Amino acid sequence: MALDPLILSRLQFAFVISFHIIFPAFTIGLAAWLATVEGLGFATGRAVYRRIFDFWLRIFAVSFGLGVVSGIVMAFQFGTNWSVLAERAGPIQGPLIGYEAFTAFLLEATFFGVMLLGRDRVRPGVYLLACCMVSLGTILSSFWILANNTWMQVPIGHEVIDGRFIPTDWREIVLGPVMLIRWLHMLLAAFLTTAICVAATGAWYVLRDINRAEARVMLTWGLGLAAALIPVQMYLGHLNGLYVYEHQPAKFAAIEARWKDEQPGTEVWLAWPDAARQENLLAIETPGIGSFIATGEWDAPMTGLESFPEEDRPPVVIPFFGFRIMVGMGLVMLAVSWIGTLLRVTGRLETSRWFLWATFLAFPSGFIAVLTGWYTAEVGRQPWVIYGLLRTEDAVTPALTTTDALISLVVFVLVYGMLGGFGVRYIYKLLREGPSGPSGAASGAYGSRRPFARADGPGVTDRR
Amino acid sequence: MEIFSLAHLWAGIIAIAILVYVLLDGFDLGVGILFGMTRDEAKRGPMMAAIAPFWDGNETWLVVIGASLFAAFPAVYAVFLSAFYLPVLLLLVGLIFRGVAFEFRYRSERMRGVWDFGFAAGSTMAAFVQGAAVGAMMRGIPVEDGQFAGTSLEWLHPFPVLTGIGLVLGYALLGACWLVLKTEGAVADWARGMVFWLVIGVLAIVGPAIVAALTVDMSPGLTQAAERFGMLSSLGAAAGFYALLLLVACARLRLDGALYPLGALFFAATFVALAGMMWPYMIPYTLTVQDAAAPEASLRFMLFAGVVVLPVVAIYTIGVYWLFRGKVASSEEP
Repeated sequence: MALDPLILSRLQFAFVISFHIIFPAFTIGLAAWLATVEGLGFATGRAVYRRIFDFWLRIFAVSFGLGVVSGIVMAFQFGTNWSVLAERAGPIQGPLIGYEAFTAFLLEATFFGVMLLGRDRVRPGVYLLACCMVSLGTILSSFWILANNTWMQVPIGHEVIDGRFIPTDWREIVLGPVMLIRWLHMLLAAFLTTAICVAATGAWYVLRDINRAEARVMLTWGLGLAAALIPVQMYLGHLNGLYVYEHQPAKFAAIEARWKDEQPGTEVWLAWPDAARQENLLAIETPGIGSFIATGEWDAPMTGLESFPEEDRPPVVIPFFGFRIMVGMGLVMLAVSWIGTLLRVTGRLETSRWFLWATFLAFPSGFIAVLTGWYTAEVGRQPWVIYGLLRTEDAVTPALTTTDALISLVVFVLVYGMLGGFGVRYIYKLLREGPSGPSGAASGAYGSRRPFARADGPGVTDRR
Repeated sequence: MEIFSLAHLWAGIIAIAILVYVLLDGFDLGVGILFGMTRDEAKRGPMMAAIAPFWDGNETWLVVIGASLFAAFPAVYAVFLSAFYLPVLLLLVGLIFRGVAFEFRYRSERMRGVWDFGFAAGSTMAAFVQGAAVGAMMRGIPVEDGQFAGTSLEWLHPFPVLTGIGLVLGYALLGACWLVLKTEGAVADWARGMVFWLVIGVLAIVGPAIVAALTVDMSPGLTQAAERFGMLSSLGAAAGFYALLLLVACARLRLDGALYPLGALFFAATFVALAGMMWPYMIPYTLTVQDAAAPEASLRFMLFAGVVVLPVVAIYTIGVYWLFRGKVASSEEP
């Protein structure tokens, strides 16, 4: 593959957004979790909730920081690398990103300061409100981003004039059924990711016999939330599959590694899709049930990739495996959360070491599911950047040179590699220490410094 | 051309957002620049604390500007960002390193030097790139068929380099004014002393910039800019100059509360002078406000954000500044 501005820009976008999505996926859930814990503490007055809150706030601060700095890059990539897309789709995508900045970014960034440093300056009710505002900001942010991405997947509510996409029906663009399903799917993905992280952290402490009181709360809430959310998430996933079947048949065929038209379809469980020979090697499959699994109807027609012109076919390997890994992680979360809740109810949770190990090891399952799910959605949309309307290869900045694109890709890989490395290390250190670790124990008065820095930083205080 | 249109309203909202960004992120970038001028942790700690609750919200205005341009003037967004591909990369890397420093410097004793360097260098680089972009805009940006039609080093000329240095000094000045307001003791004295030298620095850069513009550069764009230097620009430049003089006087008289407002006045006046030269162009001298505007349906949809959401943002932003009013503690342990 020759290096040109197109492939370099695609690699860069894939790299920076993969790095970025990890942190919002975590912080959307963490913000809601923190608001919940603060609410529990506010209502019950129990000290354990405050210790748990302070602990997760420290982790929230690191991941939120990394999410913010990597997110700024995203806001400018459309213009730097995809200026044709920006110019032509700007009338629709611009306002959606614009609303994200106006309603979400400003809200979360401003109240984030209060959350970190304002505890001793406001009444508890106001502090709880600040936590809720940060959480609301992250949720609104996901809403606008999904509206934007959904329009690229299933473009509706517009007309094309002189090659530019002019909005005609904003309600359809912002609140269309596909958009709402995809948004809820992403939102629950973020909640599940965090719920599993919280439970895994609790399991880790029980295994090491530290922070038992906090660990119990984390396990109960993490596993309970996940157990309640995962069936809903799986149903939303099914609805997502229906929209892909209906609106993006080529992507659907790629996900299913279906080369030929079939009725009813074969369900391929696992295989190695060989694009050159247009067949599946080492396939494990069940004929006759693919249509039912996808649509609920036994004889729904299934379109194969052969029905699409070669230049309109998406790659197969990434959507095929991406989808299967995502579903696999969903099953892991289902097993962990349901077995865990069962053990909890029967009072055997904290003595079942095998299960605590399994929960601990499930820590990254949500992140893996989010990443592979997005790979399925985005790679499956190819070769289009706006499905059926604008090809990715036609969207790249015309003046962009290979040298510049290579420079920026290398710079982002180096910078993100460094920051991601240290960021993950710092988060790991905080998780390992736990609520009673040195960073937490030294904190004393709340809000005297950024949570990280409480151990050794200077304070922001009034002269009173 | 209509006298008033949605496009003009949006140009106005974006102009206000740019000014708000410069006045807010200007001071915390400025503190970052000053951070690099001292190695004394007794100063560095309070400097960080003076901006810690605010920097994130301030920086978000940059995203608001980018997103608003994308929404209301997609052609400007597309041309501007592709014209400044490498500078934007430098800006982003600068903002990334300064952003993580707030979190990372307190996490690691061993790495603190690295994160501190990133904080100072990142802040300086971000300021320089923004200033250079203003200079490069004044020289004009070639556009064909609604897309940037120049080379990636088009911006690298003596004049933009000088405007870049000018903005570094200007933000540092704003940062010094902020430190005088928010800190006490040795840090405040040091910052107050810096005000004089930074004003001298800002004035000293204007001369060479004009000379460079007239001699080595002589680009058609700058000639146009000079011709467009009318009544409004003269007033802005004069007001900016007097604000600087007053700033030095007030620093000498220790009228601490007046410094940041005067610094802000200097920036607002300079902004008016520049806007007077560029209006009605958004990309000088090829795309006007009307040329670049998104269709009516987009501007109308965004109106709610500009007219309803933005004032709400203003209210809670002021609320948070009020919440964190007063001086930060000067000692290491509160």
